[in-house]
Amino acid sequence: MNLISYLGYLVIRFIEHVGRLSILIGQLVLSLHLFPKNLRLISQQMLYMGVNSLPLVLFTSLFTGGVTAVQAAYQFRGIVPMTYLGGAVGKAVVIELGPVLTALVIAGRVGASIAAELGTMKVTEQIDALETMAIDPVRYLVMPRFISGIVMLPVLTVFSNFIAIVGGLAVSVWFLDLTTYSFLNSLKMFFELQDLFGGLLKSIAFGAIISIIGCYNGFATVGGAEGVGKSTTRAVVVSSILILLADYGIASLVFG
Amino acid sequence: MIEIIDLHKKLSGQTVLKGIDLVINRGETLTIIGRSGEGKSVLLKHIIGLFRPDSGNIRVDGENITRHKTSDLYRLRRRFGVLFQGSALFDSLTVGENVGLALREHKTFPEYEIRRIVAEKLARVDLKGAENKKPAELSGGMKKRVGLARAIAMSPEYILYDEPTTGLDPITADSINDLIIQLKTDLNITSIAVTHDMASAYKISDRIAMLFDGRIIAIGTPEEIKNSDSEAVQQFVTGKAKGPITDF
Ligand SMILES: Nc1ncnc2c1ncn2[C@@H]1O[C@H](COP(=O)(O)OP(=O)(O)OP(=O)(O)O)[C@@H](O)[C@H]1O
Ligand SMILES: [Mg+2]
Repeated sequence: MNLISYLGYLVIRFIEHVGRLSILIGQLVLSLHLFPKNLRLISQQMLYMGVNSLPLVLFTSLFTGGVTAVQAAYQFRGIVPMTYLGGAVGKAVVIELGPVLTALVIAGRVGASIAAELGTMKVTEQIDALETMAIDPVRYLVMPRFISGIVMLPVLTVFSNFIAIVGGLAVSVWFLDLTTYSFLNSLKMFFELQDLFGGLLKSIAFGAIISIIGCYNGFATVGGAEGVGKSTTRAVVVSSILILLADYGIASLVFG
Repeated sequence: MIEIIDLHKKLSGQTVLKGIDLVINRGETLTIIGRSGEGKSVLLKHIIGLFRPDSGNIRVDGENITRHKTSDLYRLRRRFGVLFQGSALFDSLTVGENVGLALREHKTFPEYEIRRIVAEKLARVDLKGAENKKPAELSGGMKKRVGLARAIAMSPEYILYDEPTTGLDPITADSINDLIIQLKTDLNITSIAVTHDMASAYKISDRIAMLFDGRIIAIGTPEEIKNSDSEAVQQFVTGKAKGPITDF
């Protein structure tokens, strides 16, 4: 009996969250036409989300590309000619690894900080203060982060793709006895524009997820520093899960 | 004039406000006193529509705000200034940007005029030239002053003060009291203050109302409250640990 009522409680909480999240998204959509008012805030967010995240993304990508080359070579051995390695690395990076790993790294760095910042604003009554000054918190806080997310995630992903392929190339040439020419040749041979666009489409969705989930958890914060910590963790966990679900969904739509 | 009529509010399963009736007249300063957790902040937040009542009404100059749409609430809120309990300064913005935020967001004036207004409001709270400081660099008393400058930036008709002197030393607290009195006399602002600092309540108020168990149990001039025959009021204003409030 207790278990059943607990499960019921969980279901109700889940529906409540979905409802509130939908309301937030609705308010966000209604505020989008006011974006000229927010240009300064948007550029601040882009600087923080995009430019300041670049070193972390590049570091992650370089190694991801390198590992992909090593692992692909291992799987190819005796089955597929090594001259196809460039194409395999390129496809894996552009379709899947670039967008998803960038998104997961940004969910940890930016999603967490959005939730922490807005959560602190919530518990110190700064959000109430905005409301009393007749400034819509969704327009002032959520919209700039959302726009910055859906713009900067694809931009970061393009950088990530490029550096990961460079990493794969470097490993192939230095450790796997391939020539630069054969790597790039197979990269070019297998490259399809649809792969790139599919990957970038994913990253737009990931940018939306990271910013909206970060803001939602920030606004939902209650109870001081402990509450801020919980919201931050929840923002990262929930956005990571949603990123993987969205990844599967978009992959089935675009490449299925 | 603000009229609060039979206001009820339940928060997380607990009835906080159990039928508040209160009228605040134009130009007066009314102070609400009461213990921590009595619902003073919750009551203030109802007046600007941050909370919606479960039942009862709030009228601001005859306009019933309880069922207002968000856009109507935003229009109404421009006539209010609020000093929050913890000042609630935006810590990503400088002092000058905090004070000027509403002016800039609502594009009420050109930029040079906004700078002038910000400087004027800061001077009024004795913080001339503090525009470029960050809230993190300020003491508690300075934060309250900046909060006060921000509350009066849009030249409101009403100011709500949530514990303006709590957590300050007696001298700084008294300087805030003086500022509140000065704002009232200079700008003819109607004010509602919430406090448990009795020295402050006696000094700034035209009338004092005591909130206890979700209702207003006494209201009157500072003199009347000081001499009230209600035992609960006497216990609170004299600060005794034993009495009807704590036996409740
Ligand atoms: N957003 C909220 N959600 C749920 N309960 C709340 C909320 N805000 C306040 N409460 C509860 O309402 C009650 C009254 O809180 P309130 O902050 O109004 O007290 P207060 O009189 O201002 O006290 P203090 O003097 O300590 O500031 C408390 O029991 C508090 O837990
Ligand atoms: Mg309070």
